[in-house]
Amino acid sequence: MAQQVFAYIIHKDGVPDDTALELIAAAEKLDPDASVTAVVAGDGNELDSVCNEVASSCAEVWKIENPALAYITAEALRPLLVSILPKDGIVLVPHDHFGMDLAPGLSIKLDAAYLPDAVDFEGFDNGELKAVREEYSGQVSTHVLSDISEGAVITVRPGSFKADERKRGEGQIIDKTDQAIEGSLPAGARRFLEIIEAEVGDVDITKSDILVSVGRGIEDQDNMEIIFELAEAMGGDVSCSRPIVDAKWLEKSRQVGTSGQTVKPKVYMALGISGAFQHVGGLKGTPFVIAINKNPRAPIFQVADVGIVDDILDFIPELTERINELKSG
Amino acid sequence: MEILVCVKRVPDPSENEIEVNRDGTDIERDDLVYSVNEWDNYAVEEAIQIRDKVGGSVTVVSVGDEEAEEVIRREMAMGADKGILLSDDAFEGSDGKGIAAILTAQVKKGNYDLILTGAQSDDGAAQVGGMLAAMLDWPFASLVNFIEILDDKKIKVGREIAGGNQEIYEMDLPCVLSIQTGINEPRYVSIRGIRKVASLEIPVHTAGDLGILPESVGETGAKTKCLDYFVPELGDGAQILEGSTDEIIDNLIELLKAKGGIK
Repeated sequence: MAQQVFAYIIHKDGVPDDTALELIAAAEKLDPDASVTAVVAGDGNELDSVCNEVASSCAEVWKIENPALAYITAEALRPLLVSILPKDGIVLVPHDHFGMDLAPGLSIKLDAAYLPDAVDFEGFDNGELKAVREEYSGQVSTHVLSDISEGAVITVRPGSFKADERKRGEGQIIDKTDQAIEGSLPAGARRFLEIIEAEVGDVDITKSDILVSVGRGIEDQDNMEIIFELAEAMGGDVSCSRPIVDAKWLEKSRQVGTSGQTVKPKVYMALGISGAFQHVGGLKGTPFVIAINKNPRAPIFQVADVGIVDDILDFIPELTERINELKSG
Repeated sequence: MEILVCVKRVPDPSENEIEVNRDGTDIERDDLVYSVNEWDNYAVEEAIQIRDKVGGSVTVVSVGDEEAEEVIRREMAMGADKGILLSDDAFEGSDGKGIAAILTAQVKKGNYDLILTGAQSDDGAAQVGGMLAAMLDWPFASLVNFIEILDDKKIKVGREIAGGNQEIYEMDLPCVLSIQTGINEPRYVSIRGIRKVASLEIPVHTAGDLGILPESVGETGAKTKCLDYFVPELGDGAQILEGSTDEIIDNLIELLKAKGGIK
């Protein structure tokens, strides 16, 4: 394939994000003959250390350096990428909060195909890429065919390609700043003000060994009681998935997931949680995962060690009662 | 402030188990319960709250067939002032870019200050808002979980990023925002409320009305096409506990004890 493949590298505090090596692995799965070019934007020493680290994993690194990029926003970055990327380039971006901000508009400005949230690639032939996506929060998968012959922007789901840790010697670092930025960077129509850090809650679920985690299957706020009763019986803490926080039934600090907390318990009870990748992405370490869900197709059963197909509203009170009997007996 | 909210009719995730149909060409659509995409519902609620604070109007638009009318009407029952349906055989099979192009044509016919979409829908693509903004050359922010109107030219928005943190921006109007769930608490819509808007007219605009070349959208215009649906062959997956509830609980308690799940 003559088309160049690019991986956009997200980084923080001078360290490449976990997705950096995943994108390089994805690029090689897309086209085993591709020499991958990493694209890194930022400023100063942090930018240099990211470029140096990434250079050991790919053929070439393009860097864009500017003080205004010390905190990168998608709106500021997009026109710079449009200035440097070739017309038929294939650009991989993580499907995370940054990629969702950057990538759809980038595909329009490059007049390229857009393939969102790819979890696998299954072959590239005659300008067409066959890829795997998921729909309905992972309940079903689809094969999609994308005409990428005139360029493409592809967002890749974090965690779906195994990071390629191989070192390939020193890739060349090429400074693309002059081509990307003419003169100074304008403030633009969307101006960064600040970051508001997550509030700390009354319970720190990141430190819990046992988490009793509740999702949409609880159906009603009045039913939340059975979750707290089970957690008390087990000696664990209550956490949750996103819909419970959206409904304001629990505080945000109890939410497990990419937009919430990253937890590493020994035992994780997923109760009425479907298991969207954003939720599972917050589960680290090697927890023993027990999923209880009335939908046998819930994606949570793919990541659980043990599954029970039942309605949590029926099952949980019985389980709690039995644990309490056991402890008092 | 003139606000346009883009909504989609989708299978309701809380009412359905999604399965693949027999020949793998689609999901099984018989007996599905449909509703408005959850993210879009938060976007409509936000638009109504903004209008109630600063004045103006809220228009709900959807690209779809005549059945999409029911979700437009539902959102009008919530409090949206107007509804528009963009419908044409030529729109069928559009990819995200096609949908964004159709919406762009509608936006250009109006005089909107603010466009809201849901952050994503049933396909999880999270693409239309960002594409729409790029086609209009308007500023864009995704995953918005806070909006404050500063004046008729500027707003302040919060974006949800990793770890429960939030980015705050000042943005110029007009702009496009994709809305994350949890930004507000969408109001309940009663059957009586839906009856009250049942006779309101929802204009339908076709490709011709919008000045869209039929071949530029729909399946012919799509660069990314769905080939088939399937249920992935899982790795080991979970060991499913079976038997009576008592047997399952016995089994589970033994496992919990072994793994340190009972303190």
